[in-house]
Amino acid sequence: MTALQIVEILVRIAWLAGAVAFVIGLSRMNSPATARNGNLVSAGGMAIAIGATAVLILTQQLSGDGIQPAAWLIIILGVVLGGGLGLYTARTVKMTAMPQLVSLFNAVGGGAAALIAIDDYLGLAAGSAIRIDTNIFIVLDIIIGSITFTGSIIASAKLQGLIPGKPIVVPGGQLVTLALAAITVIAALALFVTGTPNLALMVVILAAALIFGVTMTLPIGGADMPVVISLLNSFTGTAVAMAGFVINNPVLIIAGALVGASGAILTKLMADAMNRSVMNIMIGGFGGGDSVAGAAAGAGGSVRAIGPDDVAIQLAYAQHVIVVPGYGLAVAQAQHAVRELAELLEERGVDVKYAIHPVAGRMPGHMNVLLAEANVPYPQLKEMEEINPEFERADVVLVVGANDVTNPAARRPGSPVSGMPILDVDKAKSIVVIKRSMGRGYAGIDNELYTNEKTGMLFADAKEGLASLIAAVKAV
Amino acid sequence: MTAAEIDGLIQALTVFILAILVGIAVISKVPATLHTPLMSGANSIHGIVLVGAMLIAAEATEPISQLLSLVAVAFATMNVVGGYVVTDRMLQMFRKKPTVPKPVAEEAEA
Repeated sequence: MTALQIVEILVRIAWLAGAVAFVIGLSRMNSPATARNGNLVSAGGMAIAIGATAVLILTQQLSGDGIQPAAWLIIILGVVLGGGLGLYTARTVKMTAMPQLVSLFNAVGGGAAALIAIDDYLGLAAGSAIRIDTNIFIVLDIIIGSITFTGSIIASAKLQGLIPGKPIVVPGGQLVTLALAAITVIAALALFVTGTPNLALMVVILAAALIFGVTMTLPIGGADMPVVISLLNSFTGTAVAMAGFVINNPVLIIAGALVGASGAILTKLMADAMNRSVMNIMIGGFGGGDSVAGAAAGAGGSVRAIGPDDVAIQLAYAQHVIVVPGYGLAVAQAQHAVRELAELLEERGVDVKYAIHPVAGRMPGHMNVLLAEANVPYPQLKEMEEINPEFERADVVLVVGANDVTNPAARRPGSPVSGMPILDVDKAKSIVVIKRSMGRGYAGIDNELYTNEKTGMLFADAKEGLASLIAAVKAV
Repeated sequence: MTAAEIDGLIQALTVFILAILVGIAVISKVPATLHTPLMSGANSIHGIVLVGAMLIAAEATEPISQLLSLVAVAFATMNVVGGYVVTDRMLQMFRKKPTVPKPVAEEAEA
């Protein structure tokens, strides 16, 4: 064996070790105690795989494989540029803006996967036949990678507020999306049938897929974005696996398939928790997301408005208080205010817990991250199954910016939210809801909790409402 | 396609399918609390595309190819570095903080 062959074997083993580290890392993310370590294991695997690749390229160069010094310039420049930008944004981003950053990282990952296929396609000799499997993997990689790239950028821009979060529906927009899909499929089939490189057709596929990513994501409301980002994350994984087939690299195939599977499961879990199907969301549903549409009080029953002073007295003299944080709290970035209020109450001897619905916030688990950032002790955060039996014993439940996840209508059949798992807020002795208006939530229906006779409505933005409560509790 | 080529394709497909099954088995056990960090963590793992980007950069001789691979390497590195750092920042917040001893609950009935 030559030195190059030995290095090649060792590099392949290192890639395998990297793949193993990804699996172990993901499985250690099962519990909060080992999650951070799991991420480090995964990062270690990544470092090994990348380091081994550098060694492989160096060895090939030294054994006269025709690799030019310019290659190193490209690699180092790319790593410095991308690494610097990634490091800077990841370290400076506010935790509330984190979902859109994850979406942006997802976009560039998908873009890189598509670029690999494009580069490979350009390198194919004109006029010579391409193997059908290579052709299929290249085309799939370009299509999926491009959709992810533009789709994730749009999703990120929506969450950042650069594009309105509400669904953007153009008359005939669905037809455009369908037409783009049809163009992509027909062009791809034409490529497979002819079996020779055809740059014009490939450009058509690339352009159609890029625009498809935009038209697919634009009509989807802001509140659905977590599901979309998760779906696009799964797409990127699949695109990376396709890139692995294109350049015949096992570690890309393994890692890409892992992420493809994880993203798909996560997408389904999120959609289930909102009682919606992924299809429903992608085709463009009823959800206006974070809109405060229907601002007038059009509810069937009568609503009792309540002032901060009254709420403060209720809270200050309660024994058990449960806080239900929701999307409105995340949007208003009121996680520090809610922690401050809880600490005030605890100083008075009130027992405070947080009820976290699986889809509270902007992504599953996002609320936990936000509250943890605000230094809320982790043991106070209770998941739905754990906290539901405790609502009966709660003196006051403070609902901050949560809507559909508290609607008792979900227990009956015949409502759009039927069957959705909810927090049993209505079983508490007294309920206070901080909300900007009687606007409907994301399901577009009235919340029966608000017309419950035990419920008082404190009409305010989550942050302002909490600030007025903090002041009022201090004065009690 | 030659027999060796078909063998290679089947092997690659086998690895692909088994990796999907492993992904499903590992991930379905994660509690909802950790779903966002998990999504971010999975997001960093597909940064492995950097390996592919480096390999095409090594072979790039045409200017267009060099440009494409430069962008690919930069994109993929951003995915890797940013992904792991932001995931770590999230998970860092799940550390157990020392809990402040609370006063007894009864005196509030004033």
